[in-house]
Amino acid sequence: MSGGPGIVVQRWSPLSIGAMSCLGALLVLLAFGPFYLGPYLTDRLTTLLIYVIMAAMWNALAGYGGLVSVGQQAFFGLGAYAAIRLSHAGLEAYLALILAPLLVGLVSVPLSTFALRLQGGEFAIGMWVFAELAHLLVNLDGLVQGETGTSLIALSAFAPDTRRALNYWLALAVMTVLVAAVFLLLRSRVGASIQAIRDNQEAAASVGVRVMATKCLIFVLAAVGCAAAGALTLATLISFQPKTYFSVQWTAYMIFMTLVGGLGTFEGPVLGAVIFFAIETFFGGSGVWYLVGLGACALLFSLFLPRGIWGALRDRFGIALMPVGYRLQFRPRAGKAAT
Amino acid sequence: MAQGSSVLAAAGIVKRFNAFVAVAELDFRLGADEAVGIVGPNGAGKTTLLNVLAGTYRPSAGTVTFEGADVSRLDAASRCRLGIARSHQVPRPFGDMTVFENVFVAASMGGGHKGARAYDGSIESLRLCGMLEVANRPAETLGLLDRKRLELARALATDPKVLLLDEIGAGLTDGEAAELVAIIRELRRRHIAIVWIEHILHVLLQVVERLVCMDAGRVIAEGLPDEALAHPAVIEAYLGSGVT
Ligand SMILES: Nc1ncnc2c1ncn2[C@@H]1O[C@H](COP(=O)(O)OP(=O)(O)OP(=O)(O)O)[C@@H](O)[C@H]1O
Ligand SMILES: [Mg+2]
Repeated sequence: MSGGPGIVVQRWSPLSIGAMSCLGALLVLLAFGPFYLGPYLTDRLTTLLIYVIMAAMWNALAGYGGLVSVGQQAFFGLGAYAAIRLSHAGLEAYLALILAPLLVGLVSVPLSTFALRLQGGEFAIGMWVFAELAHLLVNLDGLVQGETGTSLIALSAFAPDTRRALNYWLALAVMTVLVAAVFLLLRSRVGASIQAIRDNQEAAASVGVRVMATKCLIFVLAAVGCAAAGALTLATLISFQPKTYFSVQWTAYMIFMTLVGGLGTFEGPVLGAVIFFAIETFFGGSGVWYLVGLGACALLFSLFLPRGIWGALRDRFGIALMPVGYRLQFRPRAGKAAT
Repeated sequence: MAQGSSVLAAAGIVKRFNAFVAVAELDFRLGADEAVGIVGPNGAGKTTLLNVLAGTYRPSAGTVTFEGADVSRLDAASRCRLGIARSHQVPRPFGDMTVFENVFVAASMGGGHKGARAYDGSIESLRLCGMLEVANRPAETLGLLDRKRLELARALATDPKVLLLDEIGAGLTDGEAAELVAIIRELRRRHIAIVWIEHILHVLLQVVERLVCMDAGRVIAEGLPDEALAHPAVIEAYLGSGVT
């Protein structure tokens, strides 16, 4: 971690090391959740874990990659659909749920070569068009029976309690793996390149960043993550109606959580997911006015707190619990200063 | 052209924007270890030529050769990795990243360095450009002067063999210009070949050994600085456009 005489490149601070240890302890505690939480809380926490995945993915894509998409429901829906298809092909239900996101990730690679040629608003709209297209194509599949839909019947073979616990563990494992993947990617050299492309694509190319390949990486990761959220949602609902899964509401949720929590901050979207989850739990999440309220709230945040709640806290107190950046420490002057 | 000693060469370069010809049938060569200045009135096509050399623009016709190999088909990132670095006339910082992170991207991608070597290279570039004090600041908080310095530091961090500079001296005080000249001289000691577009002649002439004068997309004179500047076409071009 050294560099140059008297200068150290700092990546972890005492505060962030402490925070990561607490996070590790929390994950261990959560791993035993089904044994002490009871059915209702286990189900609710599964939902929260899915929200954390969704927020983290949209933030990776838009907040760090600068790729604002309003069509992430495409991957959410395809993830659920792929699980149905894989299960129908004879795969064990939970194996199908795990493999489905990877399959969607494969599909997203060729898609990225088209989508990533689009810039800014064109990309956002292009992704929405793709989502509509994916929705139509899935409807054509005889297995799905149009908007009537189908279900992951194989899951009915499990006792409700077993299924509930398995869903919870799967969501916890997938959330941990995906958020860790985003964290490690952003901390790597590639992560710095991703942000450079976001800030100035031409300048990034001029310092040697392979723009297309790098964007592709974050695009595919977000596709896999959103597909995983879709597959996990299928695991909790069992039934699959294309209209529900390919609904733009999922992307609206992602945007809300990210903007409120803090676009382009690592911790923010997790906070945003918790806030969204709380709103949904206490105000009941349905109805047109609910969506309008969410939209207005997200808009207010992007206007007045562009870095969300976490961004404001970070700027005010200089805290980073899960740091992805770099700081130079000049040894003679500093020594113990946190972050 | 005898190509033996030239590190970067362009032959028959044409760059059109729709019907407008920004660079017309231009030949250019840069010797290994050489420092060449490019001057010319506004709109002469200097930046366009630099963009063609760096790979930001594909020329409408002509080829670019680097160390004897045709690099015409390579994009800007690949050329940077080979050793052609550039600065931007209008600075293009990575605004949401710190100054150090700006330079670190260049060192790790363009320079291909990992771990401590990437850190050391970044710190060394910042030190050389006098930017260590602002290393932890977000680049968007920098003033124009520091943004220009950051352009230079970032280009240097890619370990270039050829450095293409576009008006990094504009707006400097005498003291700052002297610092810049000292930096460029240090780079020459490190055997980095330099192409420098600059309007401020007295600064440019402290460093370059050859001058290329452009007007309307063409080279109108080139050679030793004094000879090139004394050329009637150059005097005409400068008086005509009112630039001194
Ligand atoms: N992307 C572009 N599209 C259309 N025209 C362009 C483009 N880039 C440059 N031009 C035109 O080409 C001509 C040459 O521009 P260029 O930027 O190369 O000039 P320059 O010599 O660098 O001038 P300056 O000293 O003002 O920087 C100008 O007339 C400019 O308007
Ligand atoms: Mg110019």
